[in-house]
This record gives sequence, C-alpha cells and structure tokens, in this order.
Amino acid sequence: MNAADLATDGGAGGDVLAVVDHRRGDLRDVSFELITAGSELAEALGGELHLAVVSGDVERFAEELDRPGVAAIHTVTDGEEFDHGVYQQAVEALDADLSPAAIVMPNSVNGLDYAPAVAEALDLPLVTDAVDFSYDGGLSVTREMYGSKVETTVDVAGDRFALTIRGGEWPAAEGTGDAAIEPFDLEIDEAALGARVQGFEEVGGGDVDISEAEVLVSVGRGIEEEENLDLVRDLADALGATLSSSRPIVDNGWLPKNRQVGQSGKVVTPKVYIAVGISGAVQHVAGMKGSETIVAINTDPNAPIFDIADYGIVGDLFDVVPELIEEFEG
Amino acid sequence: MKVLVTVKEVAEVGDDFAIEGTGIAESDLEYDLNEWDDYAVEAGVQLAEADVADEVVAVTIGPERSEETIRMALAKGADRAVRVWDDALTEEFLDVAGKVSLLEAVVAEEEPDLVLSGVQAADDSFGATGVALADRIGFEHAAVVNDLEVAADAGVANVHRELEGGVEELTEVDLPAVLTVQTGLNEPRYASLRGIRQAQRKEIAAKELSDLGLSAEEVASALTLTEMYEPESESDAEMIEGDAGEAAGRLAEVLREKGVGA
Ligand SMILES: Cc1cc2nc3c(=O)[nH]c(=O)nc-3n(C[C@H](O)[C@H](O)[C@H](O)COP(=O)(O)OP(=O)(O)OC[C@H]3O[C@@H](n4cnc5c(N)ncnc54)[C@H](O)[C@@H]3O)c2cc1C
Repeated sequence: MNAADLATDGGAGGDVLAVVDHRRGDLRDVSFELITAGSELAEALGGELHLAVVSGDVERFAEELDRPGVAAIHTVTDGEEFDHGVYQQAVEALDADLSPAAIVMPNSVNGLDYAPAVAEALDLPLVTDAVDFSYDGGLSVTREMYGSKVETTVDVAGDRFALTIRGGEWPAAEGTGDAAIEPFDLEIDEAALGARVQGFEEVGGGDVDISEAEVLVSVGRGIEEEENLDLVRDLADALGATLSSSRPIVDNGWLPKNRQVGQSGKVVTPKVYIAVGISGAVQHVAGMKGSETIVAINTDPNAPIFDIADYGIVGDLFDVVPELIEEFEG
Repeated sequence: MKVLVTVKEVAEVGDDFAIEGTGIAESDLEYDLNEWDDYAVEAGVQLAEADVADEVVAVTIGPERSEETIRMALAKGADRAVRVWDDALTEEFLDVAGKVSLLEAVVAEEEPDLVLSGVQAADDSFGATGVALADRIGFEHAAVVNDLEVAADAGVANVHRELEGGVEELTEVDLPAVLTVQTGLNEPRYASLRGIRQAQRKEIAAKELSDLGLSAEEVASALTLTEMYEPESESDAEMIEGDAGEAAGRLAEVLREKGVGA
C-alpha cells in the first residue's frame, strides 16, 4: 500500500509506526506506554502496530517490547546512543517501506530532538504532547494549554499524521506477544549526520540528596525574591525537613541544581512533600507525584498542583508560612 | 556571523479566567515575552558581546500588539526585528508547518548562520517549531540546549542537551544550525533604561504574506482548535479553609499526625 491508497480509503487499514525511546542501555518507560497508545490508535484506524527500535542493543530491546498487540518490531542496529540524524533517517526509511497512516513518538527530550524534523520531512501534520486522543474518521487530540490550566481538543485534517505522546498518560503495555522481529537494513547517509554526541555528564550531585529526605519543603516561583528564601528555610528548619525547589529557583541560581525536583532534576518520594508557591507543571509533577502525602500552598485555586495534592491551602504563602512556622516553634 | 532569534509573545492566564468559545476572554490574558525565548535572546546578545556575532535579529510571528514584547528583545540588545503577520492568519490555529513556512521566508531574506529559539512556548507548549524549521532550511539542530559554546572558526557549536533525570548530553553540532534553548542556559538581563530608550529607535520591519512571497494556502493550518475547557479536577484533596492562622493550625495538626516535626 502506498500513501496515495491510504489517502483515498480514508485511513482505513492504516498502520501505526511507534518509535521507542531508550537511553544508556535501558528502554525508557514511555516506550511501553507508546505500545498502549499505538495499539489503541491502530485499532481505531483498522491497521496494525509496528514498532521501530533504533540503535543500541536492539535485539534485547525487541524481546522486551514484544507485547500483545504489536504486529512487528523493526530493528535498526546503527549506532549505540540516540543520534537524531540516525533516528530521522531510520523513521523516514521505515515510513517509505511501511506507509503507516500514523507515526507516534514520545514527547521526551529526545523526541523533541527528532519528531518535528520527521514530521516536517514527511510533510505530516504534527500534534505534540498528546494526553489523549480519539479517532472517528479523523484524529482528535486532547492536549493542555496555559500551563495545564485548560484542556483543548485539536482536530487534524488528513489521513496521515505524526503524534507525540506525553509520558505517564497511558498505562504501560504488559504481557508477552508474538510480534515478528524484523531487522531493517538502513543505508545510513553519514554525510547527513551533523551532530555528534561526545558523551554524557551527570549533574546535580553534591552534599544533599533530596531523594533521601522524608519530608521536603519545596519552593517555587511564588517566593518572588531570593531574599524571601529565608522564609521557607525557616519552615524547613521548624519541620525538620529538607529544602527542595522547582526549576525556576535553580535557573535563577538561588539554589543549587541538586535541589531541583522534576523531569530534569530529581525524582522524589518523601513521606510528606510541601509545595509552596509551585504551580504544578507537568515536568515538575513528574518528579514528585509518587510522594506519600502532598501538601500545596498556592494563591491560585486553579493551580494544577491542587489536582495531585492531598491537602491544599488556597492562600498567600507570605501569610500562611509564618503562621505555620509559629505552630511548630511557638 | 549573524544570529536570528525567534521570539513569541505568549498569553498568560490569570488566577480567575473565563473561557469564551475556544479561547480565553481577552481581559483575563496578560502578554509577555515567552520565558524560553528570553534565554534565547540573551544567548544571542552574549554572542554579539563576545564578538562572535555581528548582528542579532529577532523575528516574531504575531499581530501588531506583539511589538511591545518584541521591543523587549530590542531593549535587551537585539539589533533589529522582523514581525510577520497577516490578516489571513487571525482566525487560524497556526500549525508547525505554517509557522515554519513563515520563518523559512525570513531565513531566506536574512541568511543567518545560527538560529536560536526557545524549547517551547509557554502558552501552547508545542515544542516543535525550531527543530522543524531546521529540517526545512537544511540546517543542523539540537533541542533542549542548556550550555552553548560557539566555535565559529571551526564551524561548530558545542552544546549540552539537557536530558531527563539530571543527565546532559554533550554534542558537537555543525553550523549553520538551529538550537532550541532551555531555561537556565544563562541569566537573562533586565532591559536597562538606556536599552529601552534605544529600542524605540530600532527597526521593526512588518511583513505580510505577500511581502514574503507566500499565499494564505501555503500557510493554511492542518489543525483546528475545536474545544477548550477546564479539566475536570481529579483532586480529592482536603482543602483547608479559614484565614492564614486557622489554615496553618489545621495543617500543623495534619503534619503532626504524619510524624512531621516530632
Ligand atoms: C524540557 C523541560 C524540562 C523541565 N524540567 C523541569 C523540572 O525538572 N522541574 C521543574 O520544576 N520544572 C521543569 N520544567 C519547567 C516547568 O515547565 C515549569 O516552568 C516550572 O515547573 C514552573 O515552576 P513554578 O511552579 O515554581 O513556577 P510557576 O509556574 O510560575 O508557578 C508559580 C506559582 O506560585 C503561585 N504563587 C504566586 N505568588 C504566590 C504567593 N504569594 N503565595 C502562594 N502562591 C503563590 C502562583 O499562583 C503559581 O501557581 C521543565 C520544562 C521543560 C520544557
């Protein structure tokens, strides 16, 4: 089948190609979520789910990825670690070979580095960061806007499209399937590879490990000024807690990187997490949603942090925090 | 070398807001320079100050209102700006390919060696324009850059890409390139009074589709925003009421039950 056939039969029989994510020898969780989302989409489109596994230990990865609902796993052996040029060439070649109706990729940091280029090169409409979708003759995607304060529905025109999904929104696929594992022979155009990975660096080490703390007082941009940090430091002292923060506090250089909670910082699971002046952006929540008890203090009743909180105070931190310190010190 | 910085004026929603159709009521929106683009502007200006760049041009896609925001980029040190807009775009939910077509036309006129854009725009968080643009114009790219050194003589940029979980990827990127800038790359400056005065005299060239040799069809969006709603709260949080003192008192009780401060 080629793209023109798909266009005329309205996407019926449209296969889905999902591209998995791995790093430094391990498949990332979103890979198994891609299988769930990809099979839902394939079912709606009346086609099959194909996976692409590019670079690294592809045979081992393919075995791990063999879940029910996966028709075929295409392995591309070139390269060890993620290289967006290799990924782009592999996905484009697989697209030419399989003519899928949809290409589904992760909205991960590596996804951000190749998915838009793939969609552009293949002239596919692109919707990123999907949290849900439905298909009824056309794709409708649910995605958030304005820092998760609203949800939107975005309708996509056309029978072929590219989609990236947010991590943690679909359950991980489980069980063992009977996918065909098919090595895909890619002729890499080396001259087109213009970004060379030199290595990796771990950041955020140092004296404090916030992921060990039982109680975290975590401060966000609501604190406004560096001078005001003393207020939350005093709270942490009064509670016998450790101080952590959202990203802007670290970006501003007010606290060191090892205090940052979230997607690009630390994942923490304390007994009690007290978010003070933190809105609850998805990248922040990714690092603290596993906390046993979550407390949020925020002036904005619509702040998304309240959606995952167990206890919430809608109020000004500059009023509430001094009173709370008083309760424990007074 | 010449640096092009893409900037967007983003809308921020206040604490109380009303949804009207598929948008937020105008009176509940505040406009600001996109946070990620602020870091991109700073990176461009720093390259000029280090004599790596001879010119820093800011480009935005937005209506006349957005001139206020793009002037912030000029006040912070960009040399001049291009603003692309057309009445044909007002009703559209512009898709990535449409934005890329507009920016491609500007790139063709400006011929930059380096394009800096933000990782994402804070309003719609699409996170795709920079990397898609790179593919269209045949530039190399790197996404989510939080460390940057340009070696213009060697024709490369050495970047760190900030991955998940406190790991950074160190990558050498051939120029010309598009880099999408992550917050924390630098410390964006505040515009000085002198900068703000100077910005009044800097050029903002307004371009319509016809000026760029584009038709409305060429930038027509494949996407339609059909619904906007407040997400149903999944929260089963106990909301603690009362004034600050009462609320703190109740929270202290809860915390003590959990063994905090014991
Ligand atoms: C690739 C990528 C990776 C990222 N990684 C991370 C990460 O690891 N960790 C992270 O945290 N973010 C990360 N972010 C950034 C994230 O998107 C948000 O920008 C960030 O989390 C916002 O931090 P914040 O909640 O402190 O600030 P804001 O979103 O600005 O929220 C401030 C909050 O304070 C409240 N407030 C204001 N004044 C008061 C007051 N007086 N009293 C009480 N409340 C008040 C406001 O109502 C608001 O809700 C990442 C983004 C990207 C694109």
